[in-house]
Amino acid sequence: MELIKLQNLTKTYHVGELDVPVLKGVSLSIDRGELVALMGASGSGKSTLMNILGCLDRPTSGKYWLDDQEVSQISSDERALVRNRKIGFVFQSFNLLPRTSALDQVMMPLTYTAAQMSEREGRQRGKDLLNLVGLGDRMDHEPSQLSGGQQQRVAIARALINRPPLLFADEPTGNLDSKTSKEVLQMFQKLNEEENITIIIVTHDANVASTANRRIKISDGLIESGGYGESESERAVDRRPASAVSA
Amino acid sequence: MRAVYRTLLTAVRALRRNVMRSALTCVGIVIGIAAVIAMTEIGNGISTLNAKKIASLGANNLMIQPGSAGGSGFSFGSGSSLTLTAQDCDAMLRECTAIRAAAPTVGTNAQVAYGNKNDPTIRITGTTPAYLDVREWPLDEGDCFTDQDVRNTSKVCVIGQTLKTNLFGDEEPVGKELRVGPVSMRVVGVLTRKGASMFGSDQDNVLIAPWTTIKHRVSNKVDSSAVAQASGASSAVNSLSNPYPNTSLQLYPAISQIQAADTPQPIRFANISYIMAAATAPEEIPVAIKQVTELLRDRHRTREGQVEDFQIRDMTEASDALSESTALIGKLLLIVAMISLVVGGVGIMNIMLVSVTERTREIGLRMAVGARARDILWQFLIEAVVLCLLGGIFGIGLGRGASMLVRQFAHWPTAVSLPALIISVIVSAAVGILFGFYPAWKASRLDPIEALRYE
Repeated sequence: MELIKLQNLTKTYHVGELDVPVLKGVSLSIDRGELVALMGASGSGKSTLMNILGCLDRPTSGKYWLDDQEVSQISSDERALVRNRKIGFVFQSFNLLPRTSALDQVMMPLTYTAAQMSEREGRQRGKDLLNLVGLGDRMDHEPSQLSGGQQQRVAIARALINRPPLLFADEPTGNLDSKTSKEVLQMFQKLNEEENITIIIVTHDANVASTANRRIKISDGLIESGGYGESESERAVDRRPASAVSA
Repeated sequence: MRAVYRTLLTAVRALRRNVMRSALTCVGIVIGIAAVIAMTEIGNGISTLNAKKIASLGANNLMIQPGSAGGSGFSFGSGSSLTLTAQDCDAMLRECTAIRAAAPTVGTNAQVAYGNKNDPTIRITGTTPAYLDVREWPLDEGDCFTDQDVRNTSKVCVIGQTLKTNLFGDEEPVGKELRVGPVSMRVVGVLTRKGASMFGSDQDNVLIAPWTTIKHRVSNKVDSSAVAQASGASSAVNSLSNPYPNTSLQLYPAISQIQAADTPQPIRFANISYIMAAATAPEEIPVAIKQVTELLRDRHRTREGQVEDFQIRDMTEASDALSESTALIGKLLLIVAMISLVVGGVGIMNIMLVSVTERTREIGLRMAVGARARDILWQFLIEAVVLCLLGGIFGIGLGRGASMLVRQFAHWPTAVSLPALIISVIVSAAVGILFGFYPAWKASRLDPIEALRYE
């Protein structure tokens, strides 16, 4: 069952008089419950694709179905709603609020959730998520009192507070050492297997990408491999078993 | 409601993350509002004091005089007809809500003597105890005569400071008997010094006695008999020296002047020279004039379209001066308030702009997790308003404290002004909205992708 389906997606930036095509017709589909690595060198259009997939940006043309909703041309307010309900974000630099307790960080997205839950309910869910990422004893700690890996796990808990079907991780281990990187990646695998959350890890690191069940390579604005956008046969060939995390 | 609460909570949390900066940001507003509150309270006190001072000059006084007698093209001038009575005065007190006090008054000139000293030029005022209330003229020593004294035509009086010095020198006047014309009167009180009037005449050279005493015992002049066509008979009646003037047949032996003076007869109609009245406040004077006019027209049976047989005068000059000075104080305060609040507001805007720049990544993150542009706008706007309101509340406290200190140590009268308190709260919120809007708008216009990448 498809969670994400892209059809001939393009994105062109206008720099002065020049049109700079960054995405030149990307077709792609990702099923529910997949753990996908999105790879590509810088300048390949990887970031642009990620922004569009994350509903932060709008494609110039083409179609994008997210969770059976066509989202390529919706307004910015509607995109905010989609991001809030369906997508969780984990960033390279954590992006935690300074001087705010871990629990408050995790609960922050609830402020913008239309279907309001009670403060107590939200607090309970925040605690559950912090327990899930193994920070049950650090709920009142501020970012300055947490290590990098712990901070990233707080960020993961925050991304999951609205129970999104899709989790985006943009270079999630870029600021972490190899040991904590491993922990975080294992956390993604665990979430993917146990909670059945679709995870897209954007990275240029082959080691990180090897955690994923499937690798999508993008170069020069086109999918090089792993897109499954064209034929079912390609998918069968390219599917590889999940490999262990390489240290 | 819940969304408002959450936004408020978010704003307060954001402010708490940087307590010191939030506090310093408030300082402009705190000082502005404190200045406004302190100035208003002290200014209020001063203007109450001013109003009292000016009122004692007669700013809220009304003088009701009888109209002019005359007709077909000639007039004897105001006060020449005899139409006002003490009952008019009582009715005014009873029915005119804007009148605080009123006293019927008769005036005369007579020589006043004590021992071997005399004062030939003194102004003698016959009235009721209410007169001192109308003039706001307290007693220095002794007591005023009473309403009972007025009814009894008692031979008592109170004297002004100048008269006291002229007649008694260093002697204690209370209890002494002095002579007013042929009548002996006991001094029951001495008035405080009032000084010269606005036109230079000495207000302390007075003798005040019950108006019945002055009218019936002292003033022998036949009230303008030449012009008193309507009341010729009554003016004859009104002399105690001849209680039954129209009786041609004497059933009893004619009583002597002394007997007559000792047993005053009930009097049906006694005209008075004028009525002094005090309005409840200087602003109430127009209302008071309207009420008195209606009442007296009714009482005097003046027909529609007919000219009134009385005139009302007020101290327009004094009351204008009062309202002008009060208005000036108000305007000055407004200017001070404006300047300080604009300064405070610019301070808030400055810090909010810095804060928006500094928190660009936070804004990007909030947008990424689902904040719409308007959520960001509201968050920063509410932060600014909360800052301003807190500043306003602290400012009110500080201002009240300052005005209390002034009251305690400088002994200036201060008065709490509820409108000023309410307006300060509203104004500080308005400053927050006004100066917080631009930074908040700027924050809401950020592109989430750019904001997340901001270093």
